[in-house]
Amino acid sequence: MKFGVVVFPGSNCDADCYYAIEHVTGQDVRYVWHEETEIGDLDCIVLPGGFSYGDYLRCGAVARFSPVMGAVMTHAAEGKFVIGICNGFQVLTEAGLLPGALYRNDHLKFVCKPQHLRMERTDLPFTHFYSSRQVIEFPLAHGEGRYYADPETLQQLEQNGQVVFRYCDAEGNVTPDANPNGSLNNIAGICNEGGNVLGLMPHPERRCESLIGGSDGKKLFKGLTESLRVLEISRGLR
Amino acid sequence: MLYHVQIEITLKPTVMDAQGTTIEKALHKMGHASVDNVRIGKFVTLEIEAKCPDCAKSAAEEMCRELLANPIIEQYHVAVVESEAVA
Repeated sequence: MKFGVVVFPGSNCDADCYYAIEHVTGQDVRYVWHEETEIGDLDCIVLPGGFSYGDYLRCGAVARFSPVMGAVMTHAAEGKFVIGICNGFQVLTEAGLLPGALYRNDHLKFVCKPQHLRMERTDLPFTHFYSSRQVIEFPLAHGEGRYYADPETLQQLEQNGQVVFRYCDAEGNVTPDANPNGSLNNIAGICNEGGNVLGLMPHPERRCESLIGGSDGKKLFKGLTESLRVLEISRGLR
Repeated sequence: MLYHVQIEITLKPTVMDAQGTTIEKALHKMGHASVDNVRIGKFVTLEIEAKCPDCAKSAAEEMCRELLANPIIEQYHVAVVESEAVA
């Protein structure tokens, strides 16, 4: 199984993602330059954080038109895995692979701190190594991470259980005080209806080693690798 | 014909505009007590070759839907302000 980390002009968390995947999962990983269109060798695509195209116009708005995104759309439509982290999440919403939009934090400041999150979905290939309602900690680093969706879309997201991570306090309480950016319903991360496309503002790749403050992010990459391994075995049996 | 197009993009009225609110508070502090509903947006100008003013407008609106605005959170207004014969 193989991971790919997309590199847009202005991506700056690509090396962190590459490092986390290589060291945590021990799987093959390669960089995918944004002009590439052949990604058929990859089982999981990671859209990393950063400032693709300098955040010109809107975060992720221009990256969406990079040649690689056509291939990412096909990859997602085939049910293969896609993770968008921070700017990668913004790109996924701009591309329509995930519903809603991310815009300026309500307090207008760039927020850069560790953040508690409550696990809302633990039956996904990305999250099955966490326990339900578990409180974890990932770092945040964004100025435009306020999640918005119109009331109908928001209701659908909640009904379908597409909210995967919610901002909370250390005890797991989802409160306005624990909301770092004004996101609706304290939403920190969501998935598509199929559960194969995940987007989140916090950075799991920066929490994979206790040496750098914690290893809560490890379970995401390890869980996904385990899911891919099972998928590979079942494909082999067919 | 070459047309000049002006496009205003703002957050929808239903979407809270934190920049607008902050600037409104600053204006109040300056003494402009009667100021209300400050909204911040983007202003895009472009030139476009088109057959008619309406053609230029509909082309610009398509650009807004696809790239210039995010219809989930933003609204846009397109004005074709001036046209001139291409020499």
